[in-house]
Amino acid sequence: MSAALEKGETTSVELTKLHLDRIAAIDPQVKAFLHVDSESALQQAAKVDADRATGKKLGALAGIPLALKDVLAQEGVPTTAGSKILQGWKPPYDSTVVAKLKAAGVVILGKTNMDEFAMGSSTENSGYGPTFNPWDLTRTPGGSSGGSAAAVSAFEAPIAIGSDTGGSIRQPAALTGIVGVRPTYGAVSRYGLIAYSSSLDQAGPFGRTVLDTAMLHEVIAGHDPKDATSINAPVPAVVAAAKSGDVKGLKIGVIKQLQGDGYQTGVLARFNESLDILASLGAQIVQVDCPSFEYALAAYYLIAPSECSSNLARFDAMRYGLRTGETDGASAETVMNATREAGFGREVKRRIILGTYALSSGYYDAYYGSAQKIRTLIIEDYKKAFAQADVLVSPTSPITAFKIGEKSEDPIAMYLADVATIPVNLAGICGMSLPAGLAEEDNLPVGFQIMAPAMQDQRLYQVGAALEAALVSKWGGHLISKAPALGGAK
Amino acid sequence: MSSLSRDEVAKLAALARIEMSEAELVNLSSQFGSILDAVARVQELNLEGVKATSHPQPLENIFREDVVAPSLTPDQALSGAPAQEDQRFRVPQILGEAE
Repeated sequence: MSAALEKGETTSVELTKLHLDRIAAIDPQVKAFLHVDSESALQQAAKVDADRATGKKLGALAGIPLALKDVLAQEGVPTTAGSKILQGWKPPYDSTVVAKLKAAGVVILGKTNMDEFAMGSSTENSGYGPTFNPWDLTRTPGGSSGGSAAAVSAFEAPIAIGSDTGGSIRQPAALTGIVGVRPTYGAVSRYGLIAYSSSLDQAGPFGRTVLDTAMLHEVIAGHDPKDATSINAPVPAVVAAAKSGDVKGLKIGVIKQLQGDGYQTGVLARFNESLDILASLGAQIVQVDCPSFEYALAAYYLIAPSECSSNLARFDAMRYGLRTGETDGASAETVMNATREAGFGREVKRRIILGTYALSSGYYDAYYGSAQKIRTLIIEDYKKAFAQADVLVSPTSPITAFKIGEKSEDPIAMYLADVATIPVNLAGICGMSLPAGLAEEDNLPVGFQIMAPAMQDQRLYQVGAALEAALVSKWGGHLISKAPALGGAK
Repeated sequence: MSSLSRDEVAKLAALARIEMSEAELVNLSSQFGSILDAVARVQELNLEGVKATSHPQPLENIFREDVVAPSLTPDQALSGAPAQEDQRFRVPQILGEAE
């Protein structure tokens, strides 16, 4: 698309119209978007076309349409984080990610659906109803960035932004057959990213190819003084790595703990097939042991709820968002209690209560304190593993896309969806999911996860590009071309 | 098997400033046992002498010169307010009658 724009074979307005038409045609089925901003998207596109006509030097993604997860603040555009408590809120400022997208000339089509405050693995926890998986509309697209993943998978947008606190980019990418990257913690600014768990949250890119994803990664990454945890270092050369894709002599570590029991047969078959391909391309496959990973899920479901119980205290019905229960003489506290009851959904309340419990005196050491120590052990496991291998790999999700409603009544079953993605977040490193084929038993996409040390994000793209090229030549095209057509021709 | 009674959930909900319905309290109490069992796995290992990690990165204080930088105007800051008066957030009664 980028090349066609540069050569003048198409215009940004034309591309944007094409995607808006596609959204109008199929989003009633997919429900990826919470808000579509047609007028402003066409204006942005026209501006890029005008700039291009004057011969102005533009970035590689100038004029390309994008879907934005509703967790990122965009000035003047409704931003809800999937929650009723923020219904109708229009931020008075742009998040840094949005500011960077605008500066690069990227055309923002609209805001995508998500689990409320990014808490969930299926997008069913949205306050505005679920998103449906374009591969099978009776199934979830994963979550929490399910809207963004479904939009890219259904050709409603070529690229999208998500956020990943425990796997919320990689798991939906796996379940919808696309590429998704969680960059190193601190590589992409969190300014204007509505907080769930501040020590784990990170925004990142989705694309249908490794190279598209790398180009978007490069646009949104970089140091930002507005985020105190932003890393002040050059952005890793992700685009160059996605173009090279050479894995000869590279050591690839298979994590023993992230396979076996609980992993679907077809998922493991596709994972092992990808390993064989990487070995045939000259990579050296080694087995690595990460014994504390067994406790990662438990640690995550203490740390993230603890941080969220504190972060979500800001929704107090005073300065922005919903206010309800304001009867005559009602105190601020009564109004606060009524508003939070009405505005938060089931899973958000569950996690706030769990976090409040884990942080309460008498339980703090046993729960939150122990979880923080497990976090240290996981970081040490990674250190040892990365001493033996350049990148580590696993299946992204133990299972393929599950049915809507299948796990929504069983929190523990839902939490298990993130068992292979969570360790990356706890350690603050980076991870990618890319399509590894379809599981034989259900013909649904399987994701292959690659992990690299902090600020070595380019290794994800190097290995991802090599595997993608080999798989595409084996399949005779990208996996996404095998997805069923929705509402007519693609 | 861990458990958390309906009254304990109610106490936590009050601490978290959420006015929960009776049905929600009972439902959450019934789910909490299995959730606590799952997260209590963090106590299985001997963690003596292990340092706690609160954050994946070494953090340090960041200072800047104390100069005025562009920021939101009062109108922008108030744009999402549920209620406002005289360029201020209007909030429900904070102090009781007797105070």
